Amino acid sequence: MADVVEVVATDDPVRPLFSPAGELTAAARSRLGLSQDALRDLYRQMVLIRRADQEALNLQRQGELGLWGQFLGQEAIHVGAVAALQPDDWIFPSYREFGMAMCRGIDPADMLTWFRGLSAGPWDPREFHFAPLAVPVASQVPHAVGFAMGSRFKKSKDVVLGTFGDGATSKGDWHEAMNFAGVFKAPVIFLCQNNHWAISVPLAKQTAGSIAERAQGYGFPGIRIDGNDVLGVLAAVRGAAERARRGDGPYLIEAMTYRMGAHTTSDDPSRYRTETELQAWSVKDPVGRYRAWLEGQGIIDGAAIKTIGDEGESMAHAMRTRLLAFTPAPPGEVIFGRVYARPPDSFLEEREEFEASLESS
Amino acid sequence: MEAVTMAKAINLSLRDALARDEDVLVFGEDVGALGGVFRITDGLQEAFGEERVFDTPLAESTIIGVAVGLALRGFKPVPEIQFDGFVYSGFDQIVSHVAKYRNRSGMSMPITIRIPFGGHIGAVEHHSESPEAYFTHTAGLKVVAPATPGDAYALLQSAIADPDPVIFFEPKARYYVKEEVDPKREVLIGRARLAREGTGVSVIAYGPTVSVALEAAKAAEKENISLEVIDLRTLSPLDMATIIESLRKTHRAIIVHEAPVFGGFGGEIAARIADDGFDLLEAPVTRVGAMNTPYPPARFEKLYLPDVDRILEAADVALAYG
Ligand SMILES: Cc1ncc(C[n+]2csc(CCOP(=O)(O)OP(=O)(O)O)c2C)c(N)n1
Repeated sequence: MADVVEVVATDDPVRPLFSPAGELTAAARSRLGLSQDALRDLYRQMVLIRRADQEALNLQRQGELGLWGQFLGQEAIHVGAVAALQPDDWIFPSYREFGMAMCRGIDPADMLTWFRGLSAGPWDPREFHFAPLAVPVASQVPHAVGFAMGSRFKKSKDVVLGTFGDGATSKGDWHEAMNFAGVFKAPVIFLCQNNHWAISVPLAKQTAGSIAERAQGYGFPGIRIDGNDVLGVLAAVRGAAERARRGDGPYLIEAMTYRMGAHTTSDDPSRYRTETELQAWSVKDPVGRYRAWLEGQGIIDGAAIKTIGDEGESMAHAMRTRLLAFTPAPPGEVIFGRVYARPPDSFLEEREEFEASLESS
Repeated sequence: MEAVTMAKAINLSLRDALARDEDVLVFGEDVGALGGVFRITDGLQEAFGEERVFDTPLAESTIIGVAVGLALRGFKPVPEIQFDGFVYSGFDQIVSHVAKYRNRSGMSMPITIRIPFGGHIGAVEHHSESPEAYFTHTAGLKVVAPATPGDAYALLQSAIADPDPVIFFEPKARYYVKEEVDPKREVLIGRARLAREGTGVSVIAYGPTVSVALEAAKAAEKENISLEVIDLRTLSPLDMATIIESLRKTHRAIIVHEAPVFGGFGGEIAARIADDGFDLLEAPVTRVGAMNTPYPPARFEKLYLPDVDRILEAADVALAYG
């Protein structure tokens, strides 16, 4: 991983934790203060979300989902970031943050109703402090900043995490939002999941420069870290969140990872990337790596690993069963129900006509 | 109350909303110390402080985008877009999120986006546009365009109080007309107003074309032609009841807007009249608006915009039937 140029920041609690190459230092790792249970739970969460990802892929292949976008390979970011935040810190995701949403407690079967085409938004963001998926790339980043500005105006202590891919950093919304965050000193952590691909466009064609270093131009620090190390992600997000909570403003974390699967089930990566590259990243697999580390530390053993694997199996089974049993709300409710808080009469008439047409047909 | 300009009426309306509800926030380009390029926000920052009335960086997409985030956080944002021609930079956020966020989350978007619009001010390119049809075409939004100071005051109150997002078009050519404003008079979103009673032809207008239609009605009177003028005030939802009521009297309709006729909002009104009032009609519905070209250089705008003569011609044509 390339070195990152030092950014101008007087109080950067994150940078001292990392080597210039973006690896969490041994000293910082030993000072995380996580119990063995907590360390094991990070592994457990990674296993569960990976298993859910696999099951969703199976469901898509069996014709049960319209589309699936795997996050395979990005589990350390999903788990580490959520673990670093307080439950009432809002998260603004793009469309690949299924794992993060699971870590927040959102039912995976509910979420899959969106991919099955049965729901426009399956969870209440207020319950989980997790915004709806945002499909237009980077468009959620200004929302994260606005929300964080609001937290500051309300003198509240919550912070916001806005997350996105490397492709998103090319969008105007991304740059505008970064700039707003700097100007308003918004308590927001920008978490780039740099998985090296935006559909078929590789990082080198996305940008000629560094993503992390751009933060400097917006007046706050940024760092590039190893995004396949769950403890590194946790430490970086935690440090950035503490700093934001203190009122010191935004932070940009560029977490380096790799999209091990296709962009989505509609994609064919064999047209644009090689097996060799994939293999080079397989050895850095976040789940296997963390398991090996836990084993080395004597924190986890074969029995515990098996228990967690079994839990993944029953979770996947329950998710599948629940999804396939899901009955959506009636069509009139799905299509019209939530558009307006105060629906105009003409809108209600159109709904009535539609519902009447269903009854008569 | 003494007569005030529409600019002042909007200023007072913002002031009253800010005073009444501490969740109301006013922001945009140059709205702080300057008071906005049209001085609509004059004195508001001084009165309510920099956390309630603030300048933003020059970035329309994120002005709207942070409004979404602030709405989710419990605020009632009232962002200003400096000119009609620059709302396009914020279009994605309005169409993809402001309009649809509630549908996917159940969380309301009580956002009022103020946009000075329309021509007649001799401006350079991008400062005289009428982009209303882009927004009326988007479900989830409400779209209003007042024509008078009193309605501007009252409709802005209704827009800010509404739990749904409202695009608030201000006819900038009418900013400096004066009228007495009664802050207690309520104007509901979705209610048109009869601006002038008549019997011969219904002229349907909104925003800047209402005064043109009224002038035409005055001129027509001299020729013994009676024009009824409807000021829509709200474009979406559209008050069809008022239009149909008027057609029962006149049986003829002319729609007037500054935007190009092709694909313009007048087409929707005409189609609705055909749906709901076909039997009432004694003449084809006609539309008076701009030609299908970009807004011309300022010295040519008089030739481009609807005027009294074109409305009278359309009235003559309508009256020649039946
Ligand atoms: C504004 C916009 N343009 C295009 C698309 C189609 N699209 C969906 S995902 C994607 C690539 C995004 O790449 P990146 O931001 O790196 O995220 P990743 O998919 O790798 O997680 C594109 C082009 C879109 N959703 N939104």
